[in-house]
Parts: sequence; C-alpha cells; structure tokens
Amino acid sequence: MIELSRVSKIFNSGKPSQYAAVSDVSLTIEQGCITVLKGPSGSGKTTLLSLIGCMSRPSSGRITLRRMEPDVPAGQLVDLEVTSLPERFLTNIRRSTFGFIFQQFNLIKGISTLENIMLPAYPTGQNLAPVKQRAVELLELLSIGRHANAPVEWLSGGELQRVAIARALINDPAAIIADEPTAHLDSRLSVEFMEILGTLKGAGKTVLIASHDPVVFESLLADRVVEMRDGQITGASAR
Amino acid sequence: MPTSLDRHRNILDFALSSLLRRKWKNLSLLMIYTLIVFVIASLIFFVQALKLEAGLLLTNAPDMVVQRMAAGRHDLIPLSYMEKIQSIRGVGEVVPRLWGYYFDPVFGANYTLQVPNIDPPEPGNVMIGSGVARNQRIASGDVMAFRAHDRTPLLLQVEKIFSHESELLTADLVLLSETDFQALFNLPKLRFTDLAVTVANPRELVTIASKISEQLPDTRPILKSEILRTYDSLFDWRGGMMIVVLAGAVLAFLIFAWDKATGLSAEERKEIGILKSIGWETADVLLLKFWEGAAISLTAFLSGVVLAYIHIFFFSAGLFEHALTGWSVLYPQFRLRPVIDGYQLAVLFFLSVLPYTAATIVPAWMAATMDPDSALRS
Repeated sequence: MIELSRVSKIFNSGKPSQYAAVSDVSLTIEQGCITVLKGPSGSGKTTLLSLIGCMSRPSSGRITLRRMEPDVPAGQLVDLEVTSLPERFLTNIRRSTFGFIFQQFNLIKGISTLENIMLPAYPTGQNLAPVKQRAVELLELLSIGRHANAPVEWLSGGELQRVAIARALINDPAAIIADEPTAHLDSRLSVEFMEILGTLKGAGKTVLIASHDPVVFESLLADRVVEMRDGQITGASAR
Repeated sequence: MPTSLDRHRNILDFALSSLLRRKWKNLSLLMIYTLIVFVIASLIFFVQALKLEAGLLLTNAPDMVVQRMAAGRHDLIPLSYMEKIQSIRGVGEVVPRLWGYYFDPVFGANYTLQVPNIDPPEPGNVMIGSGVARNQRIASGDVMAFRAHDRTPLLLQVEKIFSHESELLTADLVLLSETDFQALFNLPKLRFTDLAVTVANPRELVTIASKISEQLPDTRPILKSEILRTYDSLFDWRGGMMIVVLAGAVLAFLIFAWDKATGLSAEERKEIGILKSIGWETADVLLLKFWEGAAISLTAFLSGVVLAYIHIFFFSAGLFEHALTGWSVLYPQFRLRPVIDGYQLAVLFFLSVLPYTAATIVPAWMAATMDPDSALRS
C-alpha cells in the first residue's frame, strides 16, 4: 500500500514563476490494484507519479510505503516513510520497488531488446545469467520472444511498449508506474496493453497509471480512477 | 549475494556494448590514439635502447681519455706525455690511441679509422665493419682504395669483415695498422690522437684528472661518466626533436580527443536520462562513462606500447631510425636489445590514459546529476 499525506510539490519556490504542480494531495493506493490518475495535461498526474516513484521529493507532506519492499516477508507489516530518505536509499527503492513505463518508451537504440530489458538490473550487481533468463521469460510471456536479439529500432510501437513493460518487470518490482502508456498506441494495442496490466494485477502487482485515454480509465480492469485538476484531486471512483 | 565487483562487471559489460554501438566513431578514435601512443612509446623505447647500447659500449672504455689541446682545438699528443702521466701515483695503465675519420669522396661516406692496440692488422691489411663492406660492395680478400693526404692512392686488402651482431658498434669502422694510418694522414711518428688512462681506484679518478691538468696544462682529461652523459644528452635531444616534429599531430589528436571526450551528444544525454529514470544512480552512470573512457584509452595505450615494442626490437625502428641514429650514408643494420624504462612508460600512461578518462567523466557527471524525473517528461 502507498499512502500520501498532504503532499505538495512546488516548483521555482520563492520566485515570481513559482507554481504548485501538486497541492495538498492525500491518497491511498491499494496493493494489488490498478489505480488510474485521470486528468487533462498540466493537472499534476506526472508530477504525482514521480513523487510516488521516488524520482523527486515533495515540497511538503509524507509518502509512506507499506509492505512494498520486495525483501519483506509477506504478512510482515513494514512502513517506510520515503520523503526523508537520502538520495542513495531513494535510488535503491526506485530500483527494487518500482518498475517504470514511460510515454516515449525510453528504450536505448542500438542495443538489443534483451539488453534493454536487462538494463535496470546491471547496477544491482546481480549475476547476469539469471537476469538474462528472466528477461527471456518475460519476452516469451509478452509474446515477443522472437525479437530478443533484434535492435529495438526494428520493433513496432506495440512491440516497443511490450519491451518497456518487460524492462519495468525485470527487477520483479512490487509496483508498476506507467505515464500515459497508450499515448502512442492505437485502440487495439491500448486494449492489449490493459490486458497485460490485468495479468500483472493478477500476479499481485500494484499498478499506477496516469492517463487521459478513455481506453485506460474506462477499462473494467481499473479498480480505482482518481481525477485530478490543477494539482488537486477532484474526485475518485472505485469499481 | 551481489558484490561490488559484480556491479563493476555488469557495467563494464554494458560499457563495451555501448562502445560497439558507435563502433566506427570509436574505432577511428582508437586508431589515432593508438598511433600517437605508438610513436611516443617507440621514441621512448628507441632512445632508451640506444642509451643502453652506448652504456654497454662504454663499459670497456677507459676510465679517462687525455687529449692535448692547441689553440682550443684537439691536437696530437706526444709519447712523452704518456710517461709523465704514468708517473702519477694511482694511474694504472696509459695506452696511446690512434683514431680518426676518413671521408670517402667516391662513396660519399664517413668511416671511423682506428689502430687497435691488441692484434692490429698487418701493414697493407684492414678489417672493416659490415656497413663499410655493404657501402663499397666488397668482401674479404678484396682491395679497398683510400686517397692519402697527398691524393696518392693507398690500397689495402680486406682481411676480415666484422659480424652483423656487432654492427651498431662496427658499421663504419675500419681497423688498420699504425704505419698505414700514419701514411694515410701524414702523421708524425710517436704522436697519437689521445691517451687512454685507467686508474687503480675509480674513486681517485677526479683527483688524478686534476693532477694531470695541473702537470700538463695543455691537456684535457675526459672522464667516462662525462662521455656517457654526453651520449644521454645527445639521444635525449634527438628524441626531443622528434617529439617537436610530431607535436602538430599530437596537438591535433588532443583537440579531437578532447572534443570527443568532453562533448556529449543529445543522444548520449538522453541515454543518461533514461538510465537515471530506470534506477541507475549518478555513480553508476559515472562508472559507465569511466569504463568507456578507460576501455578506449587503455586499449590504445596497450596496443600502442606493444606495437612500439615490436617496431623497435623486432623491426629495428624501421620508421624513424634515420632521424635518430644519425645523418650518415652508413646506417648500421642492427637489432636493439630490449629495454623498458618503467618510469617513462608510467609517465606515458598517466599522460595518455588518465586525462582522456577524466575528460569523459566530467561532462557525464554534469549530465548525470539531472533529476531522474526529467526522463518522465521528455
């Protein structure tokens, strides 16, 4: 479970250009559910995702991860208040607890699909043989095993999306964070993407998506839709 | 349990894969880099090897050479000086020497002529170095023609040609008898080029030299250490001259390497952003760039040094021996004894590997300190 308590993020603090991207947000994200942040551009969805995913720190408020660390045995309640942790610890949490899927996929050109998927595991110091094995399994799971050794620039949009999902899963994170994941996909591929996320939910992953695509927020797989506008939560509906 | 070593290994793995992605760019950089290291390492090896040869040559040289001076110039020394020097306490042996240079106008070559003290050739005979034999296309038993001081020909038979092994020392050498030497240059009898002095106790060398100067004010004692120092300076000077000639190329490479190393392309910046966003720390990105820089510079350094070693010690410095061995018609054909100066190689290592590696890290550090969420917004 991820708990946000009165979280705000203010950019250019103290300057004439100061603005609040996220303002006084309190939210609970349930474990093993798909939560969708819905709202127009500039509503603060991406900033909220980056705060939850330990990519940036809030200007005020607290974010607590409950039983989200993969090393913690199931059933043991461990709370981790991440906002006050130093950068090194935040990186560790980001690496092991969250898997990220970006709007532009953010894959590295020139290297193979397999290497792209293995990238988040390199700095963890894990032995690369089992990592490679896991990457191959993920590719098979996502039905793109035949592209394992192909450079990513040879793949179609839908295939790139699957590679990005596989990369997000390589460190077996407890949560998947996706920012506008269907922005570059057609409706059929968007539905397929939601089905994959449904499978991940079934495997116990917590999924958090920021999107203004109806295919995402109207999907029956979404457990909860949180509406945002001007950095604030304006509504939430559970399915 | 993952260890720090595993982390290094994984990141090195990715660094090498990264380099291969831009293989033509990195390959061209590696080739130029290797070439520069090769040239400088060749110079270092060559100069060191020549110094070693010069040192070995002087091992059997006398402790001191005494020359007579007249009007500030080297003059012939009379035999009577030998007796005076011999009477100085501490002096071991004094040997008069006859040697000089002969310019052969037909072949345009300079030879070193010497009368050996032990087993000199019979009058009418010479022993010659293989460089001389090659230059004149003569063999043992042939007749070698000299032009004496009065332009009359002096014909001497070649008794022996020195082996190739000693070519560095004997390439231009002609050994002949005292009579022929005096006839060739019209030298008076009982006068010599200089005196070779050995002393019983080397620590008394300087004292004896000053006593000789005191008793024979028109002489100049030259110590073996001074000759060695002169050789060292000569080879250092020639090596330095080559460096100056190559300075333009080195500078062009430095500018190229600096530009390559310090500038990050938009693509590289984006990649750093991606790595940060998927959980790489700033330190991981720096490690990646460090390994990229180290892989290029270390490979260039090692290949350059190995190629230079092969060039100098297996191919006798074929590329620039003419510039470094002298300005002569007679070039000795020789194979140098391998010698490596660890200090100079270490200096070359620190001057080639470290600056390049550092230059690749600094811009990466500036790019890697960006917030990871910037990738989310790109």
